[in-house]
Amino acid sequence: MLLIPCPWCGPRDEREFRYGGQAHIAYPADPSALGDEAWADYLFMRDNPAGRHAERWFHGSGCRAWCDVERDTVDYTVTGSCTTGAHPAGGPDTGPCTSPYCVRRAVPSTGGTR
Amino acid sequence: MAEPAVPRRRSPAEDLLEGSHLRELSFLAQAELRVDAEEADAASRMAEQFLGCPLPGPGRATGTGTPYVLWSGPGRYLVVDAEATGRGLCAGLSAALGGEYGRLCAAVADLSAQRTVLELRGPDAEEVLARGCPLDLHPREFGTGSYAQTVIGKAAVGLHRTGGDGPPGGDATAFRILVRASFADYLARLLTGAAADVRNARAGAVV
Repeated sequence: MLLIPCPWCGPRDEREFRYGGQAHIAYPADPSALGDEAWADYLFMRDNPAGRHAERWFHGSGCRAWCDVERDTVDYTVTGSCTTGAHPAGGPDTGPCTSPYCVRRAVPSTGGTR
Repeated sequence: MAEPAVPRRRSPAEDLLEGSHLRELSFLAQAELRVDAEEADAASRMAEQFLGCPLPGPGRATGTGTPYVLWSGPGRYLVVDAEATGRGLCAGLSAALGGEYGRLCAAVADLSAQRTVLELRGPDAEEVLARGCPLDLHPREFGTGSYAQTVIGKAAVGLHRTGGDGPPGGDATAFRILVRASFADYLARLLTGAAADVRNARAGAVV
């Protein structure tokens, strides 16, 4: 079982959470302008790194809030977690993050490479 | 050779009813309060005037008697009152929070029928809960006034410690468990069964 640090509730057991797939996938600015391939890419194509992976978890049995968790897919180490939207996709990490388990503050993420 | 002692005869429902230190606090008024993040300070101030206690921070409960307030998520609070009706509590909260802002900063909903409250007391309480709950319930981590939403067995619950800050297993240990009405029967049986197991384990019986 994973021990996932919820940014609101602290470390909690995995069974309180529901997995929500890869994090930081931004909704297309103009969806109608996308071709089939780009749309399919947005909908279905996800990273599959051997290493650090940013993913979304829903603390359904706890505070009922989503959070962004960084987890190593090889050794299952959870590096940290932040509230959703604290670190928007693509851009530099400039926004305020109140999570005591903030990923960026502790260890800079390299986005899936080991 | 002495005759082995004859075990005391136990009635079928004895474990369910006796010695479990479990009781139900039924029909408490419960209202959920939702507050926008930007309005948290104002809402907390206005709520304090009505409730007599500020809104709690994450993982905490405030207020000692009636009412008391539980933190149930970012911007969400559960107000519990044993002496009010759900409708009356909501009306009072709405008036207290809406007078200045026209209910733009907070929403109030009557959730009294959703959950019932079980109270578990006694020195075994932590150990009984630990048989189904993944949280660390040691007073060091989860002291009086702590509130967490978690699971016990398969039931989603709110767990509120109302007493017992000494070493674990103190006589003052008390928890309130908020559980959905449809899960109350399941949870009460799970907890009374766990209490019997803990008692038997203490007595040295093979469980």
